[in-house]
Amino acid sequence: MHMADALISPAVGGAMWAVSGGLIAYSAKKVREEADDRKVPLMGVLGAFIFAAQMINFSIPATGSSGHLGGGMILSILLGPYAGFLTLASVLTIQALFFADGGLLALGCNMLNMGFFTCFIAYPLIHRRIAGNSTDGKRIMTAALLAGVAGLQLGAFAVVIETLASGISELPFRTFVLLMQPIHLAIGLVEGTVTAGIATLVMNARPEILATAGQEAPAGVSVKKTLLTFGAAAALAAGALSWFASADPDGLEWSMLKTSGKEELESGGRLHGLLDSVQKRTAFLPDYNFRKAETAGPGAGQAWPAVDKGTSAAGLIGGLLTLLLAWIAGLALRRRGVKSLSRYNRP
Amino acid sequence: MNSVAAKSFDLGTMDALAAGNTPLHRLDARAKLLATILFIVTVVSFEKYSVSALMPFVLYPVFLIAAGDLPAGYILKKALWVSPFALSVGIFNPLLDRRIILNLGEFGISGGWLSLTSILIRFALTVSAALALVALTGVNAICEALMKWGVPRPFAVQLLFLNRFLSVLAGEAGRMTRARALRGFRKRKMGIGTFVQIAGHLLLRAVDRAERVYRAMLCRGFDGRIRLAGDSHIGGREVFFVTAWGALFALFRLTNLPVELGYLLTRIIE
Repeated sequence: MHMADALISPAVGGAMWAVSGGLIAYSAKKVREEADDRKVPLMGVLGAFIFAAQMINFSIPATGSSGHLGGGMILSILLGPYAGFLTLASVLTIQALFFADGGLLALGCNMLNMGFFTCFIAYPLIHRRIAGNSTDGKRIMTAALLAGVAGLQLGAFAVVIETLASGISELPFRTFVLLMQPIHLAIGLVEGTVTAGIATLVMNARPEILATAGQEAPAGVSVKKTLLTFGAAAALAAGALSWFASADPDGLEWSMLKTSGKEELESGGRLHGLLDSVQKRTAFLPDYNFRKAETAGPGAGQAWPAVDKGTSAAGLIGGLLTLLLAWIAGLALRRRGVKSLSRYNRP
Repeated sequence: MNSVAAKSFDLGTMDALAAGNTPLHRLDARAKLLATILFIVTVVSFEKYSVSALMPFVLYPVFLIAAGDLPAGYILKKALWVSPFALSVGIFNPLLDRRIILNLGEFGISGGWLSLTSILIRFALTVSAALALVALTGVNAICEALMKWGVPRPFAVQLLFLNRFLSVLAGEAGRMTRARALRGFRKRKMGIGTFVQIAGHLLLRAVDRAERVYRAMLCRGFDGRIRLAGDSHIGGREVFFVTAWGALFALFRLTNLPVELGYLLTRIIE
C-alpha cells in the first residue's frame, strides 16, 4: 500500500506533504507537552519493534497468500494517538529512505494513508470507544476488528483519490475502487485480528504496560479539529488539483458516449423540462466552470497530449542516444574499478 | 538466510556505503537532499506521455552512483524489489488507453504503452536517486539536515532512535523466527496464531529493553533534552552543486534535448 513517486503529481505530493507535515508538527507539540521522558526511548524501540515485526511474514488462512503487520493500531494502543503517529511516521520514513518502499515525494501521502486514519480516526473514534480499558478479550477483538477495517478502508480509498488526482494512471475510479477496497477489507480483518491478539497477550502477561498507556493518552481527538483539518485539506486539494482536471470525459460520460453516442442523456417530458430550466437558472457553476461562453469546440479535447509524428521519431532516436551518452559519462566518472560489495563483507 | 536476517544485512550495507569517503560523501547533507528533492519534483511534473524528455534525467542518478563509488547493481536490485506496486497500477494503462498516438513506420503505439513506459522510467529515476542519496548520506546526517530545516525535534530524535535500535530488534526477530523454523517439522509457513505469539513476545522484550535504555540514559545524565553534535556547514561547493543541478533540471524540463539530438542525427544521416 506504499505509494510510489512514479504515480503521483507534484501537486498531490506537495499537498499531502503539507497535511502530513502539519500533523507531525501538531503531534510533536502534544508529545512535548506531555513531557514524559520515558516515552523518548520507548517510541524509538517500539518503532523498531514495528519495523522488525513487519519483516516477519505470516500466511493468511484460506487464501494461501502471506501478509504482515501494519502497526498503526498497536502503536496507538501502547503510546496514544500523537506519539503513535510520530512513531509510525518515522517507520515509514526509514522504509522510504532505506528500502525505497514508498517514494520520498509520496511519503506525505503514505503518512496520511497509513498513519492518520489508524491513529487519529480508527483508534480514538472506534477502538477506544468500544474497548476502552476493558479486559474482556471479545470486546478487544471486536474493537480491533472494526477499527482495523475502518482504518484500512479509509487509507485504501485515499490511495485511490490520490492516484486519480495525479492523472498518471489510467485506471478509472470504479475499477480502482473495486480492486482496492475488497483487498484491504481482508487486510483490515487480518490487521484487527493480529492487533487484538497482541494486545490480549500483553494484557495477560504485563497489564501495567497497557494501564499506563491508557492513563497518559489524551481523551480522544477533538472532532472539531479533525473536521477543520479535513476542511483545510479539502480546500487545498480542490484549489490546487482542479487545475489539473482533465478535459476528457469522465468514466460515466465515456461509457455513455460509447453506448448511446451522446455524453449526456437528454430526457423528454414536461417535468424534466421544467426542472431543467430551473437548474440552468440557478446553477452558478455549470459544468464545474464559471459561466462563460464555451469557446472551446470538440477539437480542443484532442489537443491536450499534442504529439507530432515527426517529433516522436526524432524523440526516440534522441532518447536512445541520450541514454548511451549518460552511460558513457557514468563509466568515465567511475573513480576506481570496484564493482562488487565484497569489500564491505570482510569479517 | 531467512528474510528477516536478509533485510537486516541490507540495513548494515547502506550504513557501510554511507561511510565512504568520496568528495560527494563529504558534501553537506542539505545540498544532496535539496538537489534530490528538486530532481524528484521535476521528474514527476512531466505529463503522462513523456518518454524521451525524461531521458536526460538519467544523468543525475548515474552521476551520484559513479562519483559516489556506489555499487550500481545493488541499487538497481533494490529498486527492482519495490517495483511491484507501481507496475501493478501502471500495467492497466495499455489496456485502458488504446488511442494511437505515435507511429513508427507501420507500427502504431497507443497512449497506454507510452504512459506505462513513462511510469517505469519515472519509477527507475526517482527510486535510484533516493537510494543513492541515502547510500551517500546516511540517516544520521539526513536527520540533522531535516532538523536544521525546521522539522520538529521530537520527530528528528525519534528517527535517530529508531535507526539506532532497528538492527537490535531486527536481530531479535531474526533469532525468534529462526528458532521457530528449526522447531517446526512439516509446517514451513507461519500461521496468524504463531505470529501473534512471536510478535507479542517480541513486543514484551522491546518494552523491557526500552526500560533498560531509559535507566541507562538516566545514569548518564539524561534530563529530557537530546543534544545533537553537528559539524556540517554550507560552502561554495554546496551552493554550486545545488545551483548547477537545479539549472540542468530546469533545462531538461523546459526543452526536449533528445528530440533535438534526434533531429540533428537524422539530418546528418540524410
